[in-house]
Amino acid sequence: QQIQEDLNKQLFDNLVNFLRQSHSEFQKKTTEWTCRMKSREIPTAALVLGVNVTDHDLTFRSISEVLQSNVTPYIALLEGKDCPGIKNLMQKLMGQLMNCYIDVDSVEDEDYVQVSQNRVRCSMTSLINWYKSVTKKTDSETPSRKRASSSRHCQSPLVVVIFKDMESFTTKVLQDFIVISSQHIHELPLVLIFGIATSPMIIHSLLPHSVSSLLCIELFQSLSCKEHLSTLIDKLLLTGQFPFKLGEKVLRVLINIFLYHDLSVQNFIKGFQICVVEHFYSQPLSILCCQLEDIKKRVNALGHDQCENIRRLPSFRRYVENQVSEKQIALLTADDFLKEAVQKLLEDLHVYHENYVSVLRCLHVFTSSLPKYPLGKQIRELHCACLENRVWEIEEYESSLQLARMLNKSDLVTMLQQCVEIFVSSSGTEFDKTVEKLKEFLTQFQQLEAEAFQEQDVSVSSQKELQKKTDLYHLQKTLLELKESRRSKKLTKFEMLRFEVVDYIDSLVRKYLVPADHKTLHEIMYFNTASVLREHMNAAPRIALHTALNNPYCYLKNQALKSDGGGISNKAPDICIAYRLHLECGRLINLVDWLEAFSTVVTAAEGPSADAASSDQVDDVVHARFIRAVSELELLGFIKPSKQKTDHVARLTWGGC
Amino acid sequence: MSRAAGQRGGAREVKFVPDEEVLRHIADDAGVKVQRDKTRVTVSVNKFVKTLEDISDDEAHEVLEEKNYVAALGVCAQDELGNGSSVSGDEVYSFQTPKRSSRMIELASELAQTPGRSIAPDRSECPEKTAQTPQRSSNFLWAETAWKCTRSKKKEFVSTTPYRLRKRLAAPDQYLESESEYSASCSEEEEEEEDQKEVSTALPAQKTPAETKAASTPPPRNNLARKHKEDKMSNLVEEYFEAHSSSKVLTSDRTLQKLRKRRLNQETLHDLLRKAPLAYAAEIKELNQQHESLFSKWVLQLHLGFNIVLYGLGSKRDLLEKFRTSVLQDSVHLVVNGYFPSITVRSILNSITEEVLDHAGTFRSPLDQLEFINKRFKEDSSLELYVLIHNLDSQMLRGERSQQILAQLSSLPSVYLIASIDHINAPLMWDQAKLSLYNWLWYETTTFSPYVEETSYENSLLVQQSGSLALSSLTHVLRSLTLNARGIFRLLAQYQLENKDNPSYPGLSFQDFYQQCREAFLVNSDLTLRAQLTEFRDHKLIRTKRGADGVEYLLIPVDDTTLTDFLEKEDEDV
Repeated sequence: QQIQEDLNKQLFDNLVNFLRQSHSEFQKKTTEWTCRMKSREIPTAALVLGVNVTDHDLTFRSISEVLQSNVTPYIALLEGKDCPGIKNLMQKLMGQLMNCYIDVDSVEDEDYVQVSQNRVRCSMTSLINWYKSVTKKTDSETPSRKRASSSRHCQSPLVVVIFKDMESFTTKVLQDFIVISSQHIHELPLVLIFGIATSPMIIHSLLPHSVSSLLCIELFQSLSCKEHLSTLIDKLLLTGQFPFKLGEKVLRVLINIFLYHDLSVQNFIKGFQICVVEHFYSQPLSILCCQLEDIKKRVNALGHDQCENIRRLPSFRRYVENQVSEKQIALLTADDFLKEAVQKLLEDLHVYHENYVSVLRCLHVFTSSLPKYPLGKQIRELHCACLENRVWEIEEYESSLQLARMLNKSDLVTMLQQCVEIFVSSSGTEFDKTVEKLKEFLTQFQQLEAEAFQEQDVSVSSQKELQKKTDLYHLQKTLLELKESRRSKKLTKFEMLRFEVVDYIDSLVRKYLVPADHKTLHEIMYFNTASVLREHMNAAPRIALHTALNNPYCYLKNQALKSDGGGISNKAPDICIAYRLHLECGRLINLVDWLEAFSTVVTAAEGPSADAASSDQVDDVVHARFIRAVSELELLGFIKPSKQKTDHVARLTWGGC
Repeated sequence: MSRAAGQRGGAREVKFVPDEEVLRHIADDAGVKVQRDKTRVTVSVNKFVKTLEDISDDEAHEVLEEKNYVAALGVCAQDELGNGSSVSGDEVYSFQTPKRSSRMIELASELAQTPGRSIAPDRSECPEKTAQTPQRSSNFLWAETAWKCTRSKKKEFVSTTPYRLRKRLAAPDQYLESESEYSASCSEEEEEEEDQKEVSTALPAQKTPAETKAASTPPPRNNLARKHKEDKMSNLVEEYFEAHSSSKVLTSDRTLQKLRKRRLNQETLHDLLRKAPLAYAAEIKELNQQHESLFSKWVLQLHLGFNIVLYGLGSKRDLLEKFRTSVLQDSVHLVVNGYFPSITVRSILNSITEEVLDHAGTFRSPLDQLEFINKRFKEDSSLELYVLIHNLDSQMLRGERSQQILAQLSSLPSVYLIASIDHINAPLMWDQAKLSLYNWLWYETTTFSPYVEETSYENSLLVQQSGSLALSSLTHVLRSLTLNARGIFRLLAQYQLENKDNPSYPGLSFQDFYQQCREAFLVNSDLTLRAQLTEFRDHKLIRTKRGADGVEYLLIPVDDTTLTDFLEKEDEDV
């Protein structure tokens, strides 16, 4: 459990760091403005953040942190929902500014009183007074500080007001605030920051020209959420740091939710957290999912039951079956022997991960620049493909290798250099040879260049010709032609070398990019029950309701409810029958007719004994049951009482209209 | 035309006697084929009634029916198409669950085809009148089986006639009514039981020429229609708007009052339901146990900063109660009954500040209050609070602002929220921002247990909500009045009951009322009556309304049954 806490923390740190990076350039600009502040114009930054609203909170928090530490202590964060009127806005603004002032100047009682007094009457003038008093105070009290701050921000510190969600502010409030504050810009150095989710045009549509002319707007585009995601995946999944891994299906689900539902990085993180929790909760062997150093200790601490659990793992069974017979017996009976084996296997797994990541990156370097991206543009797609099954068996891999065989020299050389960098930076020890080999290739290329310049020139030009035709079909066709012609023709040295390089990469892939579920004990590290995740993240309450109503057998395992056609039998719970009957109706439902139909169904279900007596007059119990079913349907939102006609209810769902 | 009707009616009249026997026969014998015969039976019944009725009265109806018929001609060609497209409609509606053609629908479409066939040849051969007969008969069948098979637009024209039929049937002959109703309900039972029996031998005797033809030459339209199914699918959207654009929806006019069925009040309803055994108790229990096994997981996840929302059919109240008693016994927790009609966010926040945080002060706005709570929880990290909300999607809590506040509350790290939702559109309450604040983990907990508590506050149409209360208050107030005052009220009540069939009854005008009271020696002057009426009005026993002509009308705002009960009780007393 501790590990996962660590993980989460690290996760957030990563994100915040990242955001900080992305906004540092923005912060620099803010400082620049302070110098060229014009009269009457409020410097404004419009920050286009994209539609992933949920992530904005984090972004703004990090912005304000950065600003607070570097630019000015006076920052106010305002949200549209807090400020229905200008009064509320001012109140909030004052509150935040003065509070943060207190934070900076380590609370004094005197100050506190002052603040609470000020709070009563919130106006721009009082704000200015406060500001003056504050700046004066800093002047008198701490001259040294003053100097420091002045050197940092040219003059007196700025007051930054951040509007988190500009779209949700009422136009009137914004306009008023801007007009008022532009009157006081001389006395109060104010900087506004608008957070925008849609497009920068919104400023002009929200504010009339007279108001927007008071602003001196500079536009900043934050990075798209997709880039956030790829860095996140890069830092989280494609490192050997965290032992916990996501299985292929889970990753697919998470990425799909991200891409098709909300584009929210935060949600992605949440999904990841759920995975972690679920994994550690449901998999008893997840205790072994830890850093390499701890493995030995934890393996030794395993009890007998846990050893049995290990033996039950399907991947471990496969491993056992491949061993010689006496080793099999030892593995299945002796706990100590098992522990040793497990430890070794786990270490293997770690090594595998390390190698996997670097080879994956290497392959990505090769495939990401190919035309049409047969293996995907992003490394996450490649990762998914590799996790799913043997990557060298899929068609796209074949075609991408084919394409790689036609790369021109300069591309190939740069790629090889990148690969060398990757391998050198990776911690794996096995790659010394690989690096050597790659370097050898590089030197060979250089030699080639010197030796057979002309020959190569011809071939390269032909390759370039090929590359112009990006259409895959044509490419393949010409490829085949080329192959044919080459069979007769002798290959050039460059081509030979190129083939060699590609083959070498291919061999690397085959060696290291084995899908994880072919590895022994992968269950310990990988979380692969995507259904759980989908259930919790992307639930479908309507489907659940619908199946429960339409097919109660799904939930109540009673034979009487089982029906061949998939429809409901007349023995289903009352609400199901009522629901079924209401499906057949139009927009309005006559309660009497409904009741009658209901009672015929119910009495028929109860048996033939009752039908003769109660067919004309509905029996009280049935009536009561009907009432209950109808009011339950009303609670569920399928119907509502209607005033259009007496004793009618209106249907709220459509489909039978 | 009326002459033709009369002739035909006469011809039927002769046949009617065996028809009755057939009806009886059908009662015992059941089968798919019977339905066709039954249409004939109902035809003849219908005709018979018509002859009994005044012809001139009929004329007016005929015009209407003709209109209907013309509409029917237009729609009829699309009947089968409608059937086809409604499948897709069902698919859309059924939230992507795979469509399995159910037995009921199959049966329904079978039924649907039978009348369709009899219409087609009629229309081609006979004059309007004859065509109308089977049309109407099919309508009748349709209405009774409407619950099973009506589809899309068809319903609109179909269900109008049966009402007229029913009315007409009801007027002349009680026996006939019960008979026809019986046959109809019998057909429903057939479908349920799926008895496939032979047709009785008596039936061929009644075959009219038109129908024999119908049986012998089934139109190939059905197949064609199936081919057109795909084309029709795309029209689904337009159909939706078409169906909703017409302001009038045609359903049968039957009301509960005509059912001669007293409305149940809340207590008797409860009693009755308690008596009725809960179906599949064992299975439901098993389901619940399944859910209960998740309790420890919930606690873990709550502590990790997630909040849990439960969805699925059935009351989740008991489940949450059980969670509360088994897990949360030793920790601070707050249970919010969202289904309670007067719950507000403010009351939730108040109970947190007052009872959990022991703060006596009041707050200017919920936001301030929230801020305070936030501060307190931040100061004291040992403070933990579990909040259980039953029906987070209830009427009172579903508003945007209250959801916002609850979301902010739930986002506090030491406030753990478990909520249940029931409404099908409940997830629409939350936008991205709120969802991220709530940080939900969804759990499907279908329990199938009845919503006893949740629905008890609802104003159901079927439950007599205020009836008993009104009656007792009526008698209570009147008992404290003088004899004359009681007489005045009685007069008004009686007058209102006499006019209960008049839908546009405005009330009793003051002048008339005064006249009547004088005649009964209840008042001696205008002023005394006014004083009395003021007293009534204060007790909300009567309502006054000014008519278009400026006259004051008096009305008792109580429904007729209650009023009758009241009068009966009064009579007993006197």
